[in-house]
Amino acid sequence: MEDQNKTATQAVCYHCGEDLPKVKYQVGDKDFCCAGCMAVFKILSENNLCNYYVYNNNPGRQFKNESHLEYLDEPKIIDQLLDYKHESSSIITFYIPAIHCSSCIWLLEHLYKINPAIFSSRIDFLKKQVTISFNHDEISLRQLVETLNQIGYEPLISLQDVVQEHSSSVDKALVLKIAVAGFLMGNVMLFSFPEYFGLSGFEKQFQSLFGWLNLTFAIPAAFYCGRDYFTSAITSLKHRHINLDTPLALIIAVLFLRTAFEILFSTGPGFADTLTGLVFLLLMGKWLKQRTYHHISFDRDYRSYFPIAVTTLQNGKEKPVSINEIKIGDRLWIRNGELVPADAILMKGEAWMDMSFVTGESGPVHKVLGEIIYAGGRQTSEAIELEVIKPVSQSYLTGLWNNDNYKNNNEKQNFNDTVAKYFSLGVFLIAFAATGYWLLQNDSHKAWSAFTAVIIVACPCVLALSTPFTLSAILSVFDKKGFYVKNTDAVEELAKCDTLIFDKTGTLTSNENAEIGFSGTISAEEKIIVGSLLRNSIHPLSRHILKALNVDRFYSLSDYKEVVGKGLTAKINNHSIYAGHLSMLPMEVKSARESGVHIVIDHVYKGCFDIKQQWRSGLAQLILKLSKLKLLVLSGDTDKDRGMLDTIFTPKTTIRFRQSPHQKLDAVLKLQQGGNKVMMLGDGLNDAGALKQSDFGIALTDNINNFTPGCDAILKGSALNFLPDFIRLSKDGLKIIKISFAIAIAYNCVGIYFAVQGTLYPLVAAVLMPISTVTIISFTTMATRWFARKNKLI
Amino acid sequence: MNILYFLVGCSVLMALIFLAAFFWAYKTGQNDDVHTPGIRMLFDDEVVAEKSEEDHFSS
Repeated sequence: MEDQNKTATQAVCYHCGEDLPKVKYQVGDKDFCCAGCMAVFKILSENNLCNYYVYNNNPGRQFKNESHLEYLDEPKIIDQLLDYKHESSSIITFYIPAIHCSSCIWLLEHLYKINPAIFSSRIDFLKKQVTISFNHDEISLRQLVETLNQIGYEPLISLQDVVQEHSSSVDKALVLKIAVAGFLMGNVMLFSFPEYFGLSGFEKQFQSLFGWLNLTFAIPAAFYCGRDYFTSAITSLKHRHINLDTPLALIIAVLFLRTAFEILFSTGPGFADTLTGLVFLLLMGKWLKQRTYHHISFDRDYRSYFPIAVTTLQNGKEKPVSINEIKIGDRLWIRNGELVPADAILMKGEAWMDMSFVTGESGPVHKVLGEIIYAGGRQTSEAIELEVIKPVSQSYLTGLWNNDNYKNNNEKQNFNDTVAKYFSLGVFLIAFAATGYWLLQNDSHKAWSAFTAVIIVACPCVLALSTPFTLSAILSVFDKKGFYVKNTDAVEELAKCDTLIFDKTGTLTSNENAEIGFSGTISAEEKIIVGSLLRNSIHPLSRHILKALNVDRFYSLSDYKEVVGKGLTAKINNHSIYAGHLSMLPMEVKSARESGVHIVIDHVYKGCFDIKQQWRSGLAQLILKLSKLKLLVLSGDTDKDRGMLDTIFTPKTTIRFRQSPHQKLDAVLKLQQGGNKVMMLGDGLNDAGALKQSDFGIALTDNINNFTPGCDAILKGSALNFLPDFIRLSKDGLKIIKISFAIAIAYNCVGIYFAVQGTLYPLVAAVLMPISTVTIISFTTMATRWFARKNKLI
Repeated sequence: MNILYFLVGCSVLMALIFLAAFFWAYKTGQNDDVHTPGIRMLFDDEVVAEKSEEDHFSS
């Protein structure tokens, strides 16, 4: 089935758009880079689905290795995954990271053409989810996933799918409240207009009708839409402190009471328009605050990294078991490329564990029989047998998440709450002073109206609005540059940070642009020999090297042998060739490097291929710009790169190597206890604990769809150099909020001038509030843009 | 001018109907995904038989 052709005309693979290797696969006039891409094309063309290639050029993604799906036959696991099951039909939702263009939507919504047992499939593009309903009598869940795998859309089924926490980005009830508030505001405005323009004598009959209608509309505005402010105010008073919601609740209450009194006793038109407008705007501000990126998950933890099932050995037979059911003493069977889900002892086989996610160390670690293997390691050689010594929830790695240190996260006080305290105090002083003055003058009517008017006019709604508007404008600036911050509160934290901790692997270095380097000498002929050998291996390192070699022909070989995860050997044209780990070679070889792929041809050591870690570009400049902050580097790796780090960082910088995840976490804690606000920049699971503990944790990634640990923000690797600008803009944001607060105070002074005299007419309040709001909103938006331009972020 | 009583009633009723319509639309999930339908509507209907011949894979 492998049609190979040596003509090189078309540059890229028809399916995935990768550069074609010199030896390519062909079907008809179409070229493919690998057998996987060709297979997908064949399936699609057999099912008449070639429209897939019409909507976009090269829409596919390169094919990955086969995965074991036996666990999808277990009824218990199936039940955990299905959304809905009834008689013969089932509905399931998958998260498919490969969804990226309109062709994906088209293909995945035409799944029924490939298998008629699939009734329908629907995509949510931004969430990268597909919801499939299918006949489970005719197609099993496993077959369904296999079908998806075959066409290159492998669903990511992780433990997080089972422990589902359905949290939508915006509270649904809030949107409904906004709708109601908008409806109320519109109607109340309509009925208040006659009052603004003055009523002629014979229109007076409508005055009480409009009044009563307004009062009716004010009731749901205060008690349905504004209910959260009351509950929040009451809880905060119970805890003996004042948050921003306290004065807001007071104002809503006062506005409502005064409106009710004026209308019940026909003494005036009331403030229903101000009340409904206020509630509507407040809810809008709240909505902006809650809105976040629904397509990026910030709360991923170990569960989205762990598979949902693992193969166990029971009486010598393999049986897939859900991870939650693993008990101490269970025997696990871990194949090449699979993850160890719980701390376990090695019982059989030889383990070469890739612990990079746990410790940050780049090379695989050799473990012998009887050694403990910590959860989170990935086996890179033959299948091994393990005995569990700790269940998943208590293992070394998951312990990071269950750490008690995270509990005190709620005490973060933002600018608003601090100001709200003094603000409320000031308003009360003025209100009581005015009331006292009018009482001394024996004018109880004026005393009452002055008291309520001061509270109404001194509304801190600007505070409640300027913060979300400014910060969400900043968020969208960040967003365009590839910096995705979780929410507006996090931006405030970013501005306050004074300490920055770097991780090394994956943060200062880039995993994506790793280059294959060769130390030693190798001739063109030998390259072909090596290429011919490596071509037969599916190990990712072999494929990387093969691609880097880019040879144009291959020899046939005999006596091929592969020891999974260790190396390859074969005979080619009477040359015996070995490629792989040092222990695999036929003779003792002394080499400085332990990792990498060593090559021996005819018992002569030729050299070693290894993946060079690439430092990210512009690091020195970045560090220079960040020199105002206290900098630290905590690396899980060995100190082989100390020299390089010393040239980038100033001597003041603390640089520590061989840091375990717990040591990183402790370092963050110690800094925080010393009064520092800590920002942490990391990537893997080994940083996860520290990222969560830090005041502002940034996960750096080259592909935002890849796994990222729980954090406050996700930063694209290419945008790392903008980090100083991001920090500066967030500081400017706080400045904008303070200026808008000053503007609001100016408006309030005008309002209070009328209010203390007891002469505040509803019209003044109704005009003053929207004007001040509009000023603030337009000021914050324009100021944010101005500062963003100043920081060269637009 | 008594007609105003009727008109005011009508306007409130209309507004209530629209509010109810929004509630219904929101609760049935019509606002959950506002991105994908925009792409979906651009797909052409399936072209039958002859026209898609050139796309066929011939081995």
